Amino acid sequence: MKRALLAFPLALPLALLLAGGAAAEPPQSGFALMAPETQAMQRDDTANPGMLWVQEGEALWAQSGCTGCHGDAPGSMRGAASRYPAWDATRQAPIDLAGRIEQCRVDRQGAAPLEREGEPLLALSAYVAHQSRGLPIDPPEDPRLAPARALGEALFRERRGQLDLSCAQCHDDNAGRRLGGSPIPQGHPTGYPLYRLEWQGLGSLQRRLRNCMAGVRSEPYAYGAPEYVAIEAFLMVRARGLALETPAVRP
Amino acid sequence: MPLARWCILLLLACCPGLAAAEGMASLTGVPGDAARGRAIVVTRQRGLCLLCHSGPFPEERFQGDLAPSLAGAGSRLTEAGLRLRLVDGKRLNPATIMPSYYRTEGLVRVGPAWQGKTVLTAEEIEDVVAFLLTLRD
Ligand code: HEC
Ligand code: HEC
Repeated sequence: MKRALLAFPLALPLALLLAGGAAAEPPQSGFALMAPETQAMQRDDTANPGMLWVQEGEALWAQSGCTGCHGDAPGSMRGAASRYPAWDATRQAPIDLAGRIEQCRVDRQGAAPLEREGEPLLALSAYVAHQSRGLPIDPPEDPRLAPARALGEALFRERRGQLDLSCAQCHDDNAGRRLGGSPIPQGHPTGYPLYRLEWQGLGSLQRRLRNCMAGVRSEPYAYGAPEYVAIEAFLMVRARGLALETPAVRP
Repeated sequence: MPLARWCILLLLACCPGLAAAEGMASLTGVPGDAARGRAIVVTRQRGLCLLCHSGPFPEERFQGDLAPSLAGAGSRLTEAGLRLRLVDGKRLNPATIMPSYYRTEGLVRVGPAWQGKTVLTAEEIEDVVAFLLTLRD
């Protein structure tokens, strides 16, 4: 016991040293770049507007019969969001969390499909993802996800739009600098769905990605497109170890 | 004299640095308007310059820091050199993040509203060049 305790502090720096080659800097959530007032709003559940959607999602979870298969979400859904996108054996493709919720409703419950960026699906997604708040992002070691992750990385590095900029040029090369008035975050998907002050509402990661794509004057993909799932699959590997924040608040 | 022209082309092809010195001739043949150029540079929607650059614009609160300050640009660069950097700076530095303001080819997934259009018109480029020339140290 005593030896194990002693070995730990020695082993840790060594492990960090060995892992050091992979990533130059430790990943940092966009939370770190926010104004103290916005950080305070996210931290305080009574001030965080995203909690309204989480509550709505809790009600929907019970009403829609999710409990029938999954029981109580705080037990069964803890950790789910940290592992998505995951491999979907039926579709033989990666699926994101909102996609899985839809699949449960439509395929298993025979319910009518929900709109991708509509309030009910946002609320359910926020409620499920909220159960993983504080847990580290932990993408599965699943070789079937490798092609999607590779595609996501290629899309992340591809220059696009009339302004001819790639995600990497802002979020890898210029993170922390100021684009006009806004600090550029590293672009980690830690807080979705999240409440954005500019939106005056809750929005998904896909909505954020569409904003960035439109910002460089490129044509966003349609909601639910496999390209977004691929980008998310890559972003989650890139953000490995960062704590989930759903529902986060962003400017 | 075709021989002399070939020599220049050969020189340009061999030493990209010379293209910078060479720059680019006026797109319109008419001198630009510096006051209009200043207005373009400071607008977020049109010029976008202050998203990345800062400069001597005390009234503009939000300026970027992804690029060198525009202060003194007119002393550092010639008119032709400024124009080349606006039209297509990627001919000097293919990795630059600065958009090419007068180019439509070689772009990926341009949004429908922007397809086939340059970021600025030829007249606007000349206005911005005229304005940048007034920024002297
Ligand atoms: C021209 C710069 C630029 C480009 C190019 C760009 N982004 Fe962003 N991105 C930003 C800025 C600035 C923000 C923060 C916006 C804010 O909070 O107001 C942001 C936010 C994000 C976030 C949210 C981070 C958080 O903390 O919630 C993600 C994820 C993201 N971007 C991914 C991408 C992806 C993927 C691409 C390419 C398809 C991309 N971005 C292209 C500037 C850019
Ligand atoms: C997305 C970022 C971005 C935008 C938008 C942008 N620039 Fe630039 N610009 C740069 C960077 C970065 C450089 C540094 C040179 C390089 O990267 O090759 C630069 C270089 C320059 C230079 C040369 C500066 C010097 O001292 O050598 C001038 C002049 C210039 N930009 C003017 C402008 C003007 C005018 C606009 C708007 C009409 C503009 N830029 C928009 C990023 C940008």
